[in-house]
Amino acid sequence: MIDAFTLLLLTVDATLRVATPLILCAMAGLFSERSGVIDIGLEGKMLIAAFAAAAAAAVSGSAWVALGAAILASCAFALVHGFACISQRGDQVVSGVAINILASGLTIVMGVAWFQRGGQTPPLAPEARFMPIDLPGAKAAFDFPVLGPIYQEVVSGHNLLVYLALATVPLTHWIVFGTRFGLRLRAVGESPQAADTAGISVAWLRYRAVLICGVLAGIAGAYLSIAQNAAFSREMSAGQGYIALAAMIFGKWRPWPAFGACLLFGALDAVAIRLQGVKFEGFGEVPVQFIQALPYVLTVILLAGFIGKAIAPKAIGVPYLKDRT
Amino acid sequence: MSQSGRALPRWADIGLLPLINVALAVMVAGLIVLAIGESPWKAVRIMIAGALGSPEGIGYTLYYSMNFVFTGLAVAVAFHAGLFNIGGEGQAYIGGLGVGLAMLAFDGELPFVLLLPIGLVVSMAFGAAWAFIPAYLQAHRGSHIVITTIMFNFIAAAVMVYLLVNVFTAPGSMTPESRKFLEAAHLPMVHELMAKLGIKMPFTPLNISLFVALLACFGVWGFLWHTPWGYELRTVGYSEKAAIYAGMRPKRVVVAALCLSGALAGLVGLNEIMGVHHRIFLNFVAGAGFTGIAVALMGRNHPFGIVLASLLFGVIQQGGAELSFDIPSITREMVVVIQGLMILFSGALAHLARPFLEAVFALRREAVA
Repeated sequence: MIDAFTLLLLTVDATLRVATPLILCAMAGLFSERSGVIDIGLEGKMLIAAFAAAAAAAVSGSAWVALGAAILASCAFALVHGFACISQRGDQVVSGVAINILASGLTIVMGVAWFQRGGQTPPLAPEARFMPIDLPGAKAAFDFPVLGPIYQEVVSGHNLLVYLALATVPLTHWIVFGTRFGLRLRAVGESPQAADTAGISVAWLRYRAVLICGVLAGIAGAYLSIAQNAAFSREMSAGQGYIALAAMIFGKWRPWPAFGACLLFGALDAVAIRLQGVKFEGFGEVPVQFIQALPYVLTVILLAGFIGKAIAPKAIGVPYLKDRT
Repeated sequence: MSQSGRALPRWADIGLLPLINVALAVMVAGLIVLAIGESPWKAVRIMIAGALGSPEGIGYTLYYSMNFVFTGLAVAVAFHAGLFNIGGEGQAYIGGLGVGLAMLAFDGELPFVLLLPIGLVVSMAFGAAWAFIPAYLQAHRGSHIVITTIMFNFIAAAVMVYLLVNVFTAPGSMTPESRKFLEAAHLPMVHELMAKLGIKMPFTPLNISLFVALLACFGVWGFLWHTPWGYELRTVGYSEKAAIYAGMRPKRVVVAALCLSGALAGLVGLNEIMGVHHRIFLNFVAGAGFTGIAVALMGRNHPFGIVLASLLFGVIQQGGAELSFDIPSITREMVVVIQGLMILFSGALAHLARPFLEAVFALRREAVA
């Protein structure tokens, strides 16, 4: 029997690991949607990136090449989405749906054609993956009361991409609210006409936003297949792109609240795994499906205006037409 | 969304452009087949032969098409009201749950003549109910229908897994599915009906949902274009302000349109649960809700176009199954890829070829003049 403190640490540790792809994808979606481009294709971008990473890692044996391949694949999909939504002024939701379906099919078709493992990629050696890093002094700190175990269990021992994901949150906040690019990004998402009048190219800015989104979703995908797991398996993104989208909305299109929502949803998942099969006095077993559905239910309740008000960027989903002839 | 005065003739806009979009999607799919190292020509031949080359293939193609007619109509009805119902998947799933519950409850007590209308009503009612909450929230609380219906797809999936694992699975059984319904709760198969008329047909899953689908098409057509309610629905979709000015109540119309949309999606449950599988099981919708989006886009939200597009997707579904059987290096999921490409090219990139076509027609007009 482990004590409550250790149990808490283990749960927090698991939460971080589960929340990492959510954080990356939520920040990805934030860039895109703040610029006015709806992105329900996070799921697809993450999935194709996960496949690209695992395939590249299997062939090259290098985690860095794999990460590059993941980002490239995800950006390629992001550009398709951008072309459809920005240049062609197509329906952004339809484009996102297409990207998700395409990724779902393509990863399996390519996986079977290239690796003949029923959609799986070959298991990866540790060198081809991002492995847990022991931060300096983690072992030595363990004897230190309270802080020692926290440092060892929660802070240390994650892989590089977890730390990277955590770093994207302040970085996103700084870019969106502290730089000229961020100001323009928000301007284009709220009032593209005004931004255009001020001499900002709406299309070029939205393309950059969509590409940043592609890079972050690509890292999230790589995390799934070469950091958290040691191979790609079919449909491995399993709705996490949608959960990240929900988290971003739950955070009202702001980085820190979105980060909080990712941690909350991650914690729900970590707890759900831990509660599997656990019976409570007089209440029975908590159905895992209930906890799994909770992020979606919470987002619906939020959107209905029962927990504050989530207001989307004003120009979201509206293609911008520069010259009206 | 034509940007210039060089508008296309109507036939080119309605007939030619969608064909070009389909051709583009097929070409990209062909490139993928080529990248796998197989011949696209051979693949197309196998798919068409598999889907249309035998009575059996045609039966399966039509059976798949039925689901797409239902979900395509569902998306189209919402579209006409200016709403994007992306939740057809969940509504169909819950519609099937409704049919299943009714059949599990009554299959031993009531005869088929009563079970058929019960199945019809229940599948539509459950689908509509699942659409009602997002509809109400959209109309009265301002939450975005796209996001809420996506969330409801996942909630539906969680509900179904819970029910199938914890409630329906027979004790001792490992597979999460309900018991099989008794004979009275099976929809007649088309080949059985034909056999009674003396026409021999091979076994296919095509059942009398075929007639329900045709009725639904006529019903939606009549409703949208020949009733005051349909007129109201389209007015709200065209301009909410105009609708208010005309004394209509957009909130009620929005809720009604989405419930009708959900009801149509729910009919997938009739085809799959009561028509073919005769039990409730996991993931029987299998993406038909999303295919419905492609079908509606390609069919230009008109029942006639939706029937044609459904047949096309039925061919792809059935042909894809044959394809993976004949060429093992191409998996069944090639169908999913083609669906994704079709949604991309006939939805988000629908106007890709328009400038080119407009230039061609402008040249032709000049040549004539």
